[in-house]
Amino acid sequence: MRKSGKSYTEWKKERGFWQDAIYRFKRNKLAVTGFYISLLLILITVIGPMLIPYAYSDQDYSLIGLKPSLAHPMGTDDLGRDVLSRVVYGGRISLSIGLIVQLASLLIGLPLGALAGYYGGKVDYVITRLIDIMMAFPSLMLAIIIMVVVGPGYSNVLFSMILVTWPTIARIARGQFLKLRESEFVVAARAVGATNRKIVFRHIMPNIMGPVIVAVTLGIPTSIFREAGLSFLGIGVVPPVPSWGQMVGEYYLQVQTYWHISAFPALVLGLSILAFTFVGDGLQDALSPKNTK
Amino acid sequence: MFRYVINRLLGLFVTLVVLSIIVFVLMHATPGGPFDLEGGDKGIPLPDAVRQEILKKYDLDKPLVMQYFSYVNRAIHFDFGRSFARPSETVAGLIGRTWKVSFQLGIATFAIALVLGITMGLIAALHKNTWIDYFTTTLAVGGTVFPNFVIGIMLIIVFGVYLRWLPTNGWGGFRFWIMPMIAYSMLPMSQIARYTRSSVLEILEEDYIRTAKSKGLRSRIIIMRHIMKNALIPVITVGGLLFSDVITGSFFIETIFRIPGLGRYFTSSIMERDYPMIMATALLLGALFGLVNLISDLLYAVVDPRVRLGDKEIS
Repeated sequence: MRKSGKSYTEWKKERGFWQDAIYRFKRNKLAVTGFYISLLLILITVIGPMLIPYAYSDQDYSLIGLKPSLAHPMGTDDLGRDVLSRVVYGGRISLSIGLIVQLASLLIGLPLGALAGYYGGKVDYVITRLIDIMMAFPSLMLAIIIMVVVGPGYSNVLFSMILVTWPTIARIARGQFLKLRESEFVVAARAVGATNRKIVFRHIMPNIMGPVIVAVTLGIPTSIFREAGLSFLGIGVVPPVPSWGQMVGEYYLQVQTYWHISAFPALVLGLSILAFTFVGDGLQDALSPKNTK
Repeated sequence: MFRYVINRLLGLFVTLVVLSIIVFVLMHATPGGPFDLEGGDKGIPLPDAVRQEILKKYDLDKPLVMQYFSYVNRAIHFDFGRSFARPSETVAGLIGRTWKVSFQLGIATFAIALVLGITMGLIAALHKNTWIDYFTTTLAVGGTVFPNFVIGIMLIIVFGVYLRWLPTNGWGGFRFWIMPMIAYSMLPMSQIARYTRSSVLEILEEDYIRTAKSKGLRSRIIIMRHIMKNALIPVITVGGLLFSDVITGSFFIETIFRIPGLGRYFTSSIMERDYPMIMATALLLGALFGLVNLISDLLYAVVDPRVRLGDKEIS
């Protein structure tokens, strides 16, 4: 992306890092595979419910507990609902929670972390205390307690998980800002009279995007994992809305008769976490300057 | 060092107080009290007089601030009140009865995860890009990808239901320990293996390893004295993270395998909105978690003289 008004060396340097990163990412077969699998999973959960002739909540009492067949590739559950359509719709819930939680945490954590790291002093003290308090508990346990208070439901799951996730991003952003605040190029920019806004957005932000992107990407599988945990315990989304964790949790007591109802969501859950983890690991390798040697 | 420890402990104390206030206020502010369904399954509401009496018995009729202070006063003396869901027992008694099971299982799991994880990571790194490396890496990936309740259910299906080798749930002799421990230890083990592998790989590139090799030291000595000693340093820093896996893991493992530990009572107290039980467990586990984090930071400074305490948060 060559923009006018920039010198060639500037353009090349800018292209260098990201282009290099994309190149390194593309060479990493696992990461690319993970990337395509994640994309495919998202696509399926977005358009899938429109293609499957059964809705996730359609009950048919003449088709209770069927083993996988052509008409119902993943069988039916104890209420005669098509497991495939529930898995696909449940994916919409699980994946969207994973993505939205990370995005929202980025929008909250990055500015707060930047404020704390860049300005220091009292601002830093308050924000750091807040982060410390949030991180003084195991995140999943804190999310569980919040869910008890606010009650189950999709938006409440989002709320509790964003609340326990943003400190991770904020901490990384703060650390990076703290490190770069005193770096030579920032001191130089300040010396020539650059405004704070310019320093933050033009000079520091681009340089910390690497670690932040990695943290956000690796946070997606973590969030999917935690949502599964909450729903497994029965304090996540409200039935009949399915999520992968909820399906595993609801039917694990019946594995002897209905193994397929919890086995398929468990497998897709694992697959999606695996795919997103590969993407995150790939990005980490591609973006961390350590690996350029 | 001493001042640092005192500071951290003070910080932990403040954190616990803040958290207890937040949890306390939120839990009492939400609609739906623990006695809303008292009076049977038919949902007949309690007569007002009876309701008042019950609320009075548990001090729920006083102002929130008073409730909090009287709670703290009693909590300092390890009196966490009575469980709402099991009125015949005190919370302290319930925790005292159940913590041992969780503690034993947690410690055993942690030990297994530590030993196997370090061994796996070391072997994988020493045999980089061979089938041994791929095998252990795949295993470690499996451990981080599947939640422990999924692994537990898979084990129950295979070994409990089809093969009938092991009991599917309950608590007793050694046979009851096997499946929970495997499902429980997979996540921390995989994480330890991953950290160990990458830190060993990094150290293998160091000059002092080349020196040791060219001096003609036996590989066993190089591994023990030069590689392991340095490779374990980064592993110590994730101690807190692993401990949080062990705490939250117990909620799921003890629920699936019906183990009468603290984790299972915590999950059931969540369903029952059993405030005293939730508060006590949360504060206890929070304090424990904070202490383990502190110990892991201290340990890090002890084994690595380059680390100065108090600097860590910058990284």
